[in-house]
Amino acid sequence: MKILLRARDSRWLAPAAVVGAVLLTLLLTAGPIRLAGANPLAAYERYLVTPLMSLTGLGDVLLASTPLIFTGLAVAIAFRVGYFNIGAEGQFLVGTVAATLPALYLSELPGLIALPLALGCGALGGAAWAFLPAWLKRHARIDEVVTTLLLNPVALLLVQGLLNGPWRNSETGFPDSDRFDAGYTLPALVDGSRVHWGLVIALLLVLAVGIVLAFTPLGLRLKAAGQSPDAARFSGIPVATLKWRCALASGAIAGLGGASQVLGVQHQLTASVSNGYGYTGVVVATLGALAAGGVLLVALLLGDIAVGAQNASIVLHVPTQMGTIVSSTLLLTVVAFLAARRYRLVLRRRPPRTQAPRPRAPQPQAPRPRSTQPRGPASTLGQER
Amino acid sequence: MSFTESRPDEVSEAPRALGVPLAELVGITKSFGALRANDSIDLAVAPGEVHALLGENGAGKSTLTRILFGLSQPDSGEILIDGRLTRIASPADARAAGIGMVTQEFSLVGTMTVTENLMLAGVGLGRISRAAARSRVLEAAARLGVTIDADAVVETLSVGERQRVEIVKALFHNCRLLILDEPTAVLVPQDVEILFDSIRRLRADGLGVIFISHKLHEVVAIADRVSILRRGRIVASLPAAGLSPRRIAALMVGAEAIIPDLAEPTEASSDPALDALSTSIGLASSDLPDAATDAPARSSGPVPAPAQTAPAQPAPAQPALRMSKLTLAGPARALLDEVSLTVRSGEIVGIAGVSGNGQTELVNVLCGVTATTSGTVHVGDADITERTVTERLAAGLGRLTEDRRGSVALSLSVAQNLVLEDLNRFRRGPFLDRRRIRAHVADLIERFDIRADPNDPIRSLSGGNMQKVLLARAIDRKPRALVASQPTRGLDVGSCEYVYSQLRALKRAGTGVLLISEDLDELLGLADRIVVIFSGRLIGEVPAHTASRQELGLLMTGHVANPVPPDERAGVTA
Repeated sequence: MKILLRARDSRWLAPAAVVGAVLLTLLLTAGPIRLAGANPLAAYERYLVTPLMSLTGLGDVLLASTPLIFTGLAVAIAFRVGYFNIGAEGQFLVGTVAATLPALYLSELPGLIALPLALGCGALGGAAWAFLPAWLKRHARIDEVVTTLLLNPVALLLVQGLLNGPWRNSETGFPDSDRFDAGYTLPALVDGSRVHWGLVIALLLVLAVGIVLAFTPLGLRLKAAGQSPDAARFSGIPVATLKWRCALASGAIAGLGGASQVLGVQHQLTASVSNGYGYTGVVVATLGALAAGGVLLVALLLGDIAVGAQNASIVLHVPTQMGTIVSSTLLLTVVAFLAARRYRLVLRRRPPRTQAPRPRAPQPQAPRPRSTQPRGPASTLGQER
Repeated sequence: MSFTESRPDEVSEAPRALGVPLAELVGITKSFGALRANDSIDLAVAPGEVHALLGENGAGKSTLTRILFGLSQPDSGEILIDGRLTRIASPADARAAGIGMVTQEFSLVGTMTVTENLMLAGVGLGRISRAAARSRVLEAAARLGVTIDADAVVETLSVGERQRVEIVKALFHNCRLLILDEPTAVLVPQDVEILFDSIRRLRADGLGVIFISHKLHEVVAIADRVSILRRGRIVASLPAAGLSPRRIAALMVGAEAIIPDLAEPTEASSDPALDALSTSIGLASSDLPDAATDAPARSSGPVPAPAQTAPAQPAPAQPALRMSKLTLAGPARALLDEVSLTVRSGEIVGIAGVSGNGQTELVNVLCGVTATTSGTVHVGDADITERTVTERLAAGLGRLTEDRRGSVALSLSVAQNLVLEDLNRFRRGPFLDRRRIRAHVADLIERFDIRADPNDPIRSLSGGNMQKVLLARAIDRKPRALVASQPTRGLDVGSCEYVYSQLRALKRAGTGVLLISEDLDELLGLADRIVVIFSGRLIGEVPAHTASRQELGLLMTGHVANPVPPDERAGVTA
C-alpha cells in the first residue's frame, strides 16, 4: 500500500472532506458531551439549530459573528499572500484603543463626523500595530509569526494600563473607560436588536475582498505570491511589497473590527473587549479556505456555536467551554481532512507507471493485473491524465 | 559505534592480501521510467586504487554511486564486498560494509565545532568522550596529512577545510572505500592540491577511492584507473597511465560512438502523431535529430533546412542580447568572470559546458533573479542590468529556464500561468478581462499544442506540456532575445523536437536566442556558433558547422588545447 500525492483536486472532494470532518467532529465530541452528563444529540441541536430558530437567537448569532468576520478577513488576506499574521488579536485591541481616543477627547462631535473618525482611527491603530512586525519582516527578515504573536499580550497590557491609569472610569472607579457619547454609537440595524451597522461594514468588506481576490489582477498576483513565491518573483510579481501591503491592510481590517466592537457593542473600552476574536480569526480564515465567502460562512457557524453553547450551558448544564471544544475539534478535523484529500491510497507496492518496459517482465505483474487498477470511486479521482 | 572501536587498516589487511577487489559491482541496472540510468554496469575497485568515474551529466555516475552507498536500489545486479555478496539497503549498511561517501553538499552542523560534529557522526551506545573524539580527529587529520583545528566552529571554516572534516567523518566509520563525488568542484586550486595529497596518502594506506570528476587533468593526475560512463553504460575502463586528456574527452562525449544516437530519430518518425505535429509546423520530423547526429560527421556540410538561411546572412544583424563583462562574485571565487557575449537578431548562440560552471548563475543574472556584481546586460539598445523582471520582459527578453517547475506557479491553473506575466494586458478597468483571457488562453493552447484543459492545475502537466506553456508564454510576447536554458531537459523525443522547431521559428522571426545546454547534439544541431563556459568564464568559441565533439569536449573540461584564432572569437572575452 502506498500513499501518493494527487495530481489534481476533484471538484466535489473538498466539500466531501468538510462533510466528513463535520461527521467526525460529531463522533469525537460525543464522548466529552456524554461525560458532561448530556445527550450528545440534544447538545448538537442546542449548538447548531436552536440559535437559528428564533429572531433573538438569530440576532445574537449575527452579533457574535461580526467581530469574527473582521478578524477572519484580516487573517485571510495576510495568509493569502504568505504573511502569517497571528497578531489580529493585538491589532483588534489597538483598534479599540484608537477608536476610543476621539470618543473620550472629542466626545461632543456629531455622529456623522464622529463615527467615520473613530472607525478610521481604529483602522489606523490596527495598521500601526501591524507596522512593526511587517517592517521587521521586510527589512530584517524576522519571522512575522513570532513578532505578531508576541505583540498580542503587549496590546492587552496597553489596554489594561490605560484603563487602570488615565482612562479609569470617572464615575465608578472601575477599570473601564467612561461611556461614549451618543455620537459615537454605531446605530442598531433594527430597533430593539443589538445587531449594529458594524455588520454591514463587515459584509461590505467581505464583498470587496471577495471581488478583489477573485476578479482582479491583484487577486491573482496575491495568490501566486502566497502559494508559489519563487515563481511569482520569477514572473516579476513584487512579492515582498505585496506582503508588506497585505500585512498593513490586515492590521487595518482587524483594527476596524475592534472599532466596530467598541462603538457598536460595548460603547466603552473594557479590558475584555476582545474575547479572543483575533485568535479565533485564525481559525475562521483557515476553515474558510482563505476566501472571503468562506470566512463569512465560518464566522456565522462559529457565532452559531458560541451562542448555542451559552444556551446549552443553561438548559443542559453543559459547561460553556464545550462549545470551544466542539469548534476546536472541528478545526482539527477539517484541517486534517483537507490535507488528506490531497493524497490517495494505492494498493500496490510500486505505482505501475514508474516501471520501465523490460524485455523480461517480472513475475508478479502477470498474475495480479487487477491490483494495479485503482479501486473504488475515491481512488479513481486522483488519476493523472 | 564507539570511538575506540574501529580501525580502518586492521580490517583491510585480509582482502588486500588475497587480491580480491574491495568492492565489485556486477550488472547493475537502474531505470527511471523509460530512461535507463545504469545499464548492466560492471565495476571493480581494488584496495589502494583510485578509480576515476568520468562522464557527461546524466551519464549515470550519480545513480551508480547512490546505489553503492545505499541511497537507492538497483533494479538488478549485485554488489560484492571483499568478494562476498552484500546487500546495501541503506547508508547504514554501506557504512557497515566500509563504504564512505563525501558529496558536494556537506552534512555538517555549522554552529558546532569540528569535534562535536564528529561526535554526532559517531553517536552510538554509551558515553561519548570528547577527549577521545578530539584525539581521533587529530589522528585522522595526521593520516590525511592535513591540519584540522578540532575546536573550530564549522561555520568559520573554508570550503576546503569543511571538505577535509567531511572526509575525516567518512573515515570514522571504518571506511575502506571512499566515494568522492566531484570533490574538486567547490575547491580553489590550492585546496585541490591538498586534497590530492590526502587521497594519495589514503591510497598508500590501502583504501580504495572512487573519484568522480569532470576535469580531465585532475583525473590524469590522481587516478590509477579510469572508467568512462556514457548513457548509463561503461564505454571504457582503462588504466590511467598513458591516457591523454584528448582520448578521454573523445570517449566521454562519444565522438567515436555516434551509432546509438541514431536510435532516436527512428523512434521519433515512427510515431504518426508526431509526424502530423511536425508537418503542421512545417518540419519533416526527421529533420532535427538527423541534423543533430550528423553534426559531428559533417565538416562544413549543409545545415538542416530551416536553419539554412542563417549562415548565409551577409551583414551581421543587430545585437539582440549583449552581455558586457558580467561578473558575479561568489564565496570562494567568481561564479561569473567577465562574461562578454553578443547574440544577434536571427542567431542562435549556444553555450556549452559541464553543469556547475556558471550556466545557472548566468541565466539567473539575465532573467533578473540574481543581481550582478558588475557588468551590463542590454536587450537591443536598452540597458536592463538594473531592471526589474517586468521591465526586462517589456524590453523584449524571453525566458525559458532550466528550473521549469520554479518558473510556473504550481498551484495555479494553466490559464492563470499563461497570463501571469501579462496581467496588465488583460484587464478591463480594475478587473481581469476573463473573456479575453479565455480567448487568449484557448488560442495559445491551440497554437502551441498544449495538451491540457485551461483550468487544470499546472502541476498535473507532464514536463513537455509544462514546457509548452512556458514556451507559449515567452514566445507569444515576440521577444527580441530569448534565454533558453536546458529547454529540453527531461522531455521525451516528441517534445524535444517541438521545442527545437519553436526555437528555429523564433530565429527565423529575428529573435536572438541564447541556448544554454549540456546536450552537445542539441547545440550542434541548433546553434550557429557555440561558446564554451568553464569555471564562470567563456573560454572559447567555435562556429557550429565546423565544431567537433572532441574539440568541444576538451574545451568543456577546461583544456584550451586548440585555442581558437583571435579573429574567430569576436564577442568573447575570456
